[in-house]
Amino acid sequence: MNNKVQLDQVNIHFGKTHAVKNVSILFPENSVTAIIGPSGCGKSTLLRSINRMHDLFPSARVEGRILVDGSDIYDKGVDPVSIRRRVGMVFQKPNPFPAMSIYDNVIAGYKLNGRMVKSEADDIVETSLKRVALWEEVKDRLKTNAMNLSGGQQQRLCIARTIAVKPEVILMDEPASALDPISTLKIEELIEELKERYTIIIVTHNMQQAARVSDYTAFLYMGELVECGETKKIFTTPEQKQTEDYITGRFG
Amino acid sequence: MMRSVAWRNTKNHLMTALMLAATAAVLFPLLLIFVHIVKMGIDSLSVDFFTQIPKPTGEQGGGMANGMLGSLIMIGAASLVGLPIGIFGAIYLTEYGGSRMSAAIRFAADVLSGTPSIITGLVAYSLLVVPMKGFSAMAGAAALGMIMVPIVLRTTEEQLKMVPGTLREASLALGVPLWRTSLKVTLRSATSGVLTGILLAIARVAGETAPLLFTALGNQFWGKSLFAPMAAIPLQIFTFAISPYEDWHRLAWAGALVLVVVMFTLSLTARYFGRQKYRI
Amino acid sequence: MQQRAETGKDCLPFTTSATDRTEQTVGKPRTVDREKAITGDRIFKWMTTGFAFSILIILGLMLFQMAGESWPALKQFGWQFVTGRDWDAVQGHFGALPYLYGSVVSSVLALLLATPLSIGAAIFITEIAPKRLGSLIAPLVELLAAIPSVIYGLWGVLVMAPWLQSTVEPFLIERFGFLPFFQGAPYGVSMLAAVFILMIMVVPIITSITREVLLAVPQSQKEAAIALGATRWETIMMAVLPYGRSGIMGAAILGLGRAVGETMAVTMVIGNAPQISASLLSPAYTMPSVIANEFAEAVSKLHTAALMEIGLMLLVVTLIINALARLLIWGVTKDSSGGAA
Repeated sequence: MNNKVQLDQVNIHFGKTHAVKNVSILFPENSVTAIIGPSGCGKSTLLRSINRMHDLFPSARVEGRILVDGSDIYDKGVDPVSIRRRVGMVFQKPNPFPAMSIYDNVIAGYKLNGRMVKSEADDIVETSLKRVALWEEVKDRLKTNAMNLSGGQQQRLCIARTIAVKPEVILMDEPASALDPISTLKIEELIEELKERYTIIIVTHNMQQAARVSDYTAFLYMGELVECGETKKIFTTPEQKQTEDYITGRFG
Repeated sequence: MMRSVAWRNTKNHLMTALMLAATAAVLFPLLLIFVHIVKMGIDSLSVDFFTQIPKPTGEQGGGMANGMLGSLIMIGAASLVGLPIGIFGAIYLTEYGGSRMSAAIRFAADVLSGTPSIITGLVAYSLLVVPMKGFSAMAGAAALGMIMVPIVLRTTEEQLKMVPGTLREASLALGVPLWRTSLKVTLRSATSGVLTGILLAIARVAGETAPLLFTALGNQFWGKSLFAPMAAIPLQIFTFAISPYEDWHRLAWAGALVLVVVMFTLSLTARYFGRQKYRI
Repeated sequence: MQQRAETGKDCLPFTTSATDRTEQTVGKPRTVDREKAITGDRIFKWMTTGFAFSILIILGLMLFQMAGESWPALKQFGWQFVTGRDWDAVQGHFGALPYLYGSVVSSVLALLLATPLSIGAAIFITEIAPKRLGSLIAPLVELLAAIPSVIYGLWGVLVMAPWLQSTVEPFLIERFGFLPFFQGAPYGVSMLAAVFILMIMVVPIITSITREVLLAVPQSQKEAAIALGATRWETIMMAVLPYGRSGIMGAAILGLGRAVGETMAVTMVIGNAPQISASLLSPAYTMPSVIANEFAEAVSKLHTAALMEIGLMLLVVTLIINALARLLIWGVTKDSSGGAA
């Protein structure tokens, strides 16, 4: 087994708030790990530390080590930009770039960096869209505005956009929470397929979703890691009382 | 103490009428002035106005072609300096802001935009006219540029703040560096809003007279270079308005109409862009 | 409360991983990208910081230059500069009192006339008028506020002043001539003309800022009053105005700042006579006007310095006025928008 991502005693502060407390988890390669917990438990905060999105907020402070392939992404001299290329992220609400076409959205990661060969771009667009099972739906209108897609299609487009830059890890922050049930199902199937190639970490407050899509589950409460392990085990025989209370719906 | 409902309603109507009267009193002189400018301006406008330079005192006719060109040149030069400072300053406030320093910068910009424009003229005089030993269009442009900076900075910042954070995040999460994200996503999304700010700033300085009085000075002829005195429409309106000659008064009215039309066009265009949503 | 060991690696019951690596994407070299991006961001931060700070530099430079240039006059006259009435470029005597007087009187009177009108209009636009009418008047007022001051001056000197001279001032002299404010001959160009033109010019500013302040009053405040059975006017008095009080004060002070610094229009209608007279009908002079009129022609070093010192006073006064106004307005509009941010 290969641990793609490794959190080692991670603490995250926002100003005076201690949002994530001493969390250590391993994320095995080519697996889906769900982070669950009641809202405000720090799960999104934890997720966003894995591709250094907190760098944007001067008040945020990340302590501890976060290793991707064994090297600390917060080491001095490590460029957050290159980390974000390796660790992609899909957000809660689909956020395609408005007034960019579907095509341009997929290669936005290259386009915004300003260099792209046309034939190469075509390839990337097709592969990425096929991988998210959107190709058949949009191949005849690649040049139309991305905002014309439905919410579920937009989210799959955003996933295509993320995998187009060839990441190794994909972080998903409640990727289906803004979608209807059918679109949600499609996203979940997609996650199942994507794990063949990528290491996926997904934050969700929907326990059924965690149970359906993930191989491993970590339960976070009040910024602390209560329990983690194989999803089957967490949902059937949790070791901690709090976990049991949460998954049986007794709080949160 | 309970007053009767009838009295309260009467009072309500009375005060409503009073507020209406105040509004009328506010609008009336403004509209009066506007109508007068339009009427006098149309009477006085001619083709010559746009093609000729002012005739010497006593001769009939002439126009303000040199002033129009001068205004364009100085506004252009002022924009070259003022716009980048304002726009990049605004990017600083949105990307790295939040500190006490950016609050100070915001405050300085607001305070600066309320400073009498004649002061910027004095400053440009002491910084450029004195060392260069002569009045110049460049000094005029510098004074105008100083006026533009705070306007552009504040409007651009407002616009950048309205760009949804999710777009920035999407770009950053794709591994696009912050600077490219700022320019290609945030700033581009706010293009129309930023354009609004630029147009408003240009509209503002297009009518400025006081800062040019002892920088560009004005010129009865075509300006020779950026290093020589130069005419500008507002300066010409001033000179002609306080002169005793009927014919010059006519030119002043014509100039006023042209200036008002230009400014209204700029303002309305700005409003139009201001209403558009963010785009990329 | 839960298991957490010192090693920080206790929570790893992931013992098996059936998947073998299908794609060899791990650890691709991306060093070129990385170096470029880091320098790019650094340069960008540097650059934007520089541009932003130039605002502070401009402000500092203004104060520094003005103080430096007016130093000869400051040194020579001291406080006498403010108290002296004698302004003689030939003799080298410079006392700025008439200009201070003219500026204070014209601005304060204009503000006294303009503020109630503006508040009334702002209330009408936001609270009383039908939405569509209000959204028509508001931009109209702002549009008219954008008319350059030299055009107000043009209208003032060619239309308003003659009208004052032929109609208004004779009437005032005849009816109220017993008051010291309305004595003397009707000149047209006068303190009265300056007050009127300033009033017309600051009204749009105060109106539109007051409007913004009133719009920031939370709906819940108004609803509270309405639910108590208040009439519309009572709602305005109970809920709207008290909430926006400091913001409205800020708007008025901002108007004052504009009036004090207003140059062209005043210069064109006030008559430019450095005298202190109780009569509003006599010509007067203001601080910006004397700079506008004399600066380009000032020959002696001392004359230039004296005008610079007037400019310095003007700058300091308007800085204080604006700082005060902004703090008051920020207080109101920040609170209401803070929730959204």
